[in-house]
Amino acid sequence: MLQIRDLQVNLGRRAVLRGITLTARPGRLTAICGPNGSGKTTLLRAACGDLAYRGQIRLQGAEVATTPGPQRAACRAVLAQNTALAFPFTVAEVVRLGQSFGPAAGGPDLTARALARVGLQGYGPRLYPELSGGEQQRVQLARVLTQVWDPVAHGVPRWLFLDEPVSSLDIAHQLQIMQIARDYADAGGGVVAVMHDLNLTAMFADKIALLAQGQLLAMGPPASVLRDDLLGRAYGCNLRVSTPPAQGPYLLPQSARTPAR
Amino acid sequence: MAVLEADPPATGDRRRLARRATLALLVLLLLTAAASLTVGAAEVSLSHALADLLAGRDLDLRARVVLWDIRLPRLLTGILVGAALAVSGAVLQGLFRNPLADPGLVGVSAGAGLGAITAIVLGGLLPPALAATAGPWLVPVAAFGGGWGAVLLLYAMATRGGHTSVATLLLGGIALGALAGAVSGVLVYMADDDQLRDLTFWGMGSLAGASWTKLLATAPLMALALLAAPSLARGLNALALGEAAAAHMGLPVERLKRHAILTVACAVGAAVAVSGGIGFVGLVVPHLLRLATGPDHRGLLVNAALLGATLLLLADGISRILIAPAELPIGIVTAVMGAPVFLAILLRRRLPEV
Repeated sequence: MLQIRDLQVNLGRRAVLRGITLTARPGRLTAICGPNGSGKTTLLRAACGDLAYRGQIRLQGAEVATTPGPQRAACRAVLAQNTALAFPFTVAEVVRLGQSFGPAAGGPDLTARALARVGLQGYGPRLYPELSGGEQQRVQLARVLTQVWDPVAHGVPRWLFLDEPVSSLDIAHQLQIMQIARDYADAGGGVVAVMHDLNLTAMFADKIALLAQGQLLAMGPPASVLRDDLLGRAYGCNLRVSTPPAQGPYLLPQSARTPAR
Repeated sequence: MAVLEADPPATGDRRRLARRATLALLVLLLLTAAASLTVGAAEVSLSHALADLLAGRDLDLRARVVLWDIRLPRLLTGILVGAALAVSGAVLQGLFRNPLADPGLVGVSAGAGLGAITAIVLGGLLPPALAATAGPWLVPVAAFGGGWGAVLLLYAMATRGGHTSVATLLLGGIALGALAGAVSGVLVYMADDDQLRDLTFWGMGSLAGASWTKLLATAPLMALALLAAPSLARGLNALALGEAAAAHMGLPVERLKRHAILTVACAVGAAVAVSGGIGFVGLVVPHLLRLATGPDHRGLLVNAALLGATLLLLADGISRILIAPAELPIGIVTAVMGAPVFLAILLRRRLPEV
């Protein structure tokens, strides 16, 4: 379980997060949503142990700030927004790096399975800098997966912390990556993901934490958080949430505005 | 160097390639070392000397002086200095996540240079008794002290609240280098003609002053750094993903930075103290190896030591042959060999981006 209680994070002199209290459970996909600058990434970074904070952040009962790095790395892996590689490693070398720092270090090589998982079979020998941005992001996800390959080990869940995991992907790969996160949670692991795309969030998340101006505006299942009034307050614009009918075709009324040809 | 530009194997793991390169480089180093013992102003037959040794006969005096007292310490110094400079270059490039970093960047070279110049110019002001005993040691010790002083100062400046800023380290190193250069300039201005000649030659580097005593004084430091370097490899690999990602994988990033800096300070401080300013080895060697066998530091650091040692012996051999019986400063040779290679790499790298 990830328990955050009364969290405050300052960057410089500014309080970027105030009074955040929330719980994310293993077996669930918890999405962190909110407008730009609302503190989503800061919240995730604090949970990773990157930032000094006041309050409490406990992952599997251990206070994050005082847990040694290797112990944290055995329990959770982090996919950051952008990872620049300093030297031209091959794809396989990048992915292996993740396994070599996780609990599966020294075990059977997971590289091929991890690459297949993210849809990059046979990419092992390619040079990382020569891939497209979306492919690079999926290689990083494969690396992150090999660090905490088993979602549950000895009854203890492991965690994936994902910062905008689908930001530079096409729609097919967005669905594929979200499904990987979904499967990880369904297998008993914990997933916390910073999300921009509210449709994908509604589709895959069990719970949504909606942030606005450094505070938690709402927390709950998508149906209770993705509401016109809450989204309107968080994003500062009029939004209309709709649901398609359970059966039969439907069309969006916006299409009526396009003149017929 | 037959392995240059090989394609990554199908699994994307270039470790076997790196291991094969290690073997090839080891053989190359041994051959170069043997050649280096036979080359020089004096004609000495290595095979005769070996035959004598194997037969249990004493070497003749000439062979003993030339081989044992002059060429062997020079050979070992060359191996250690070349390895130390190349490994330091590789470590710093990994630390700064920049393939263009070199040992000159963290202020070691500038600090060591200032120390050496101070010793050359102001050494004459020492009481004669002290100057007589300290004599040959003065410049190396001052260079080593200057190098270490610069690194420690820089590290202290770049570290705040337990976090060392690599950017501050890099920019601070440039600033400190400029400052040391200015102070050196004042000393150069004060120097007389003999001192000017001394410090000009010091700046171009040479292995000519190598002796068993100097070697014994500096070898432990360089050997220590070379033995410690492989333990940095795994961490430097992770650091290639950036500090945040490395920390997320559980790497003690701050400790890695500290160890890397100390390793480089030991290696470069001792290398500069015994051989003066030798450039380009630390820059070019890791670069060539990365092209050939990939950037994995586990193979890179070992291979850099071997190739660095080989190249420095080659450069030293050339410096001895070219204008024999006189000697060209080795720094000139490494620059002439290294600069075009470096430029070629730079230009080739730029092409695909256009």
